[in-house]
Amino acid sequence: MSETYDVAVVGAGPAGLAAAVTAAEQGLRVVLVDAGRQPGGQFWRHPDESVPSTDESRGQHQWRRFTGLRDRLRALESRGSVTRIAGHQVWFLEPVAGAGAYALHLTPTVASEKTPGVPALVTAVRLVLCPGGYDRQLPIPGWDLPGVMAAGGVQALLKGHRSLAGKRAVVAGTGPFLFPVAAGLAEAGAKVVAVCEAGSPAGWARTPGGAVAVPSKALEAFEYAAVFARHRIPLRTRTVITRISGADRVESVRLGRLDSGGRLTGLARADLEVDLVATGWGFTPSMELVTALGAATRVDVDQSLVAVVDAWQRTDVDRVWVAGEATGVGGALLAVAEGELAGFAVGRDAGRPVPDGGTRRLQRVIRRGRAFARAMHRAHPIPAGWRDWLEPETTLCRCEEVTVGEVCAARDTLGATDARTVKLLARPGMGWCQGRVCGFAAAALAVPPGRDLTAADLAPMSRRTLAAPISLADLAGDDHG
Amino acid sequence: MTELDLTLDGRPISARPGQSVGAALTDAGVVAWRTTRRNGRPRGLFCGIGVCFDCLVTVDGVPNQRACLVTARDGMKLETGDE
Amino acid sequence: MTAPDLVVIGAGALGAATAYYATRSGLSVEVLERGAIVSGTTSACEGNLLVSDKEAGPELDLSLYSNQLWNGELAEHGDLWEFEAKGGLVVASSPAGATGLTELATRQRAAGIVVEDVPVDRVPEYEPHLTRDISGAAFYPQDCQVQPMLMAAHLLRMAREAGAVVRTGVTVTGFLRDGDRVTGVRTDQGDVPAGHVVNAAGTWAGQIAELAGVEVPVLPRRGFILITEPLPKTVFHKVYAGEYVASTQSSDESLQTSTVIEGSASGTILIGSSRERVGFDRTVSLPALREIAGKALRLYPSLAGVNVMRSYFGFRPYCPDHLPVIGLDPRAPGLAHAAGHEGAGIGLSVGSAKLLIQQITGAEPELDLAPFAPERFALREAA
Repeated sequence: MSETYDVAVVGAGPAGLAAAVTAAEQGLRVVLVDAGRQPGGQFWRHPDESVPSTDESRGQHQWRRFTGLRDRLRALESRGSVTRIAGHQVWFLEPVAGAGAYALHLTPTVASEKTPGVPALVTAVRLVLCPGGYDRQLPIPGWDLPGVMAAGGVQALLKGHRSLAGKRAVVAGTGPFLFPVAAGLAEAGAKVVAVCEAGSPAGWARTPGGAVAVPSKALEAFEYAAVFARHRIPLRTRTVITRISGADRVESVRLGRLDSGGRLTGLARADLEVDLVATGWGFTPSMELVTALGAATRVDVDQSLVAVVDAWQRTDVDRVWVAGEATGVGGALLAVAEGELAGFAVGRDAGRPVPDGGTRRLQRVIRRGRAFARAMHRAHPIPAGWRDWLEPETTLCRCEEVTVGEVCAARDTLGATDARTVKLLARPGMGWCQGRVCGFAAAALAVPPGRDLTAADLAPMSRRTLAAPISLADLAGDDHG
Repeated sequence: MTELDLTLDGRPISARPGQSVGAALTDAGVVAWRTTRRNGRPRGLFCGIGVCFDCLVTVDGVPNQRACLVTARDGMKLETGDE
Repeated sequence: MTAPDLVVIGAGALGAATAYYATRSGLSVEVLERGAIVSGTTSACEGNLLVSDKEAGPELDLSLYSNQLWNGELAEHGDLWEFEAKGGLVVASSPAGATGLTELATRQRAAGIVVEDVPVDRVPEYEPHLTRDISGAAFYPQDCQVQPMLMAAHLLRMAREAGAVVRTGVTVTGFLRDGDRVTGVRTDQGDVPAGHVVNAAGTWAGQIAELAGVEVPVLPRRGFILITEPLPKTVFHKVYAGEYVASTQSSDESLQTSTVIEGSASGTILIGSSRERVGFDRTVSLPALREIAGKALRLYPSLAGVNVMRSYFGFRPYCPDHLPVIGLDPRAPGLAHAAGHEGAGIGLSVGSAKLLIQQITGAEPELDLAPFAPERFALREAA
């Protein structure tokens, strides 16, 4: 077996990049494992670096933060302080019995893109998990039609591939992420016929801990306002898509109005003709690696299952830290601060002197960022009435094509009382994505309406014995060679 | 910049270097390249970042590859299919 | 509220079947489940209704009895739980294994099982993707399959519709006694008096028995199963390696694996199996997963590139003599057990339950329950 690293960082998005460079700059030997081929994660997804480009930063925010981290990473890589394993996922994570280390079993993200020389197993004394997240989805009648995409997927096509997913788009759901997606589409030449925000967030930015406390956020809001004005993008608050129609692809959407309590009060008279629906309801953190180790979890303000960490990003599992969205969805800048603090924390654990002032400053930034995130989540809740526009035939689990009606029957007729039992009886979350897309909605439908989701409700849809698919041959193979 | 030449069920599709197969198909106006097992419904990109597995495609004979993650290469043969 | 005739502890396959047959006999029933319905081993197994893996003897008799129920009075509900009489193909990978297979088949035929010898060159007609590198094969048309969670949930539903009450999230903490006699249970949510109490707590049945002051040696034996990505139909029957029969009967403590592989209604392939005596250890064991994968590839080399999407594990309830515990317990009158079926509980559930209800209601059981008597272990020790 090769060397045991001082620390393994999983994920090279904002948190993981910051954690890796901070730890390495303190002299720790770092291995950085990332599913993507190039660093940046979802937030700083950008075109292939090997293809010369003059507009790498188009559509990006905080881009100089990224290039700063990337420059430091490149320097550390060239010195041999960081070993970066790109294009690989951890499919299994386990403590090495008696060795005081963790084993990360790796598989190429794309089976046909195996990189020669990449080991199937790396070991490290410490772990910093920065798995990030992805758009949270709620089922809508017709959301399985081609042309309906996660808002993040639309954004990834724009930022990573300069591809435009449609010509007439509606962007819908809830949360501030809808704005950059709509702006990106419009700047790339699409007609954005509406941005539908289920909440009524006007004014939340002025609440204590809100955007005023984080000046860069206020600045971003002004930028979006300008883009929206320039492209005449109508912003409709307290508005949702209640139905998506089309034969073999999206052709139109029906909009509905919500009252201040998030209940449906009426439908728009005319459908909007579109060929693209970009939708998202906040984010779902990727929790499989955190839960694989048995780390404590909790339900955050936005009803996401997240890791419990202390003021140093440390979990209750020995030598495991978590940074970024998996400790609570809060955006890239908070993730960078958490990653940096985790980098210092692992340094401290390894006996390196830690700059007191620097870490106290980070902890202040993180507290402020958390307060901001809480205010943001409260302004963008999942609307209370999201079940109102579902129909029994509406697809809930896209992989197994399980309908809302089938899930409700498991609950009402067969006696399922929790998400796990609903999954066992009706199969939502049993398919290719293993509940990553429908897990939240399935868990919410499994419990009696009105009851808040608990960690016990969400955990069965977030836990995955295998964190990524692995071929039978690779599973059978001994990766210790 | 040199364009890459791919085929989808024999039909020519072009891609820019560095683009994913899913992005190339999107640029070509193709929104679906798979039908579902139970209801035979069309599917293409959904999450766009490798999470949802909706965009599975056969690449050079290897089935069930995520189009959003596979990098387009010159001469690549893509096939639509049933799951 | 009047006391039910029967309290059933556990809402897994055995508890569900017991509740179902009790209501069919006109008994009033209350099912008490500590977790959610079907949350124990019922949700962590394969749904096998096998006759092929059993040596001649009482377990095989019970299996054939259950088989008649699945194919007879329960057949009308088969679609609800994805019943499939797909048949099992047992393959031997060595000449010695082939001889063993032939001998086993001879004994099983004598006990009433249908076994078809399959010449090696005809195996592809059964399983076109199976390796040709085998020494012998036998086909068991009586081997069947159900989706175990749906089976148990629907039996519970039908019991409920016949008046049974199913309460989840209720933990049994002790027993109500009148002298030696068990007259109900104590729970964390109050006492429930009952005419009889059935311990159907599966792998945890030993702990329940202990609350009643009787020893029922049910212990956990951990097993893992792999689930692949959905595929076009590739595996047509239950296919398993000849050594599977030996491993189910083995008392070895350490990790043992033997291949069981089959397709499911959803297109995935289920690949087992492993057996380990590690108590209730819930750590996912990579060596177990690797060994299962490796052995499966020896039977189906063409699956090498197929992705495994997930794995799961369960704790099979086993007794030292590998026979279940079914029947009234003379050491605690009023208490009965239906547990300890190891890897065969789904298939044997309905037969066990029907016979137990016959015994409880004073009818002569259609099959002798003596080999499954709860007190047999203590008697053996005394002898």
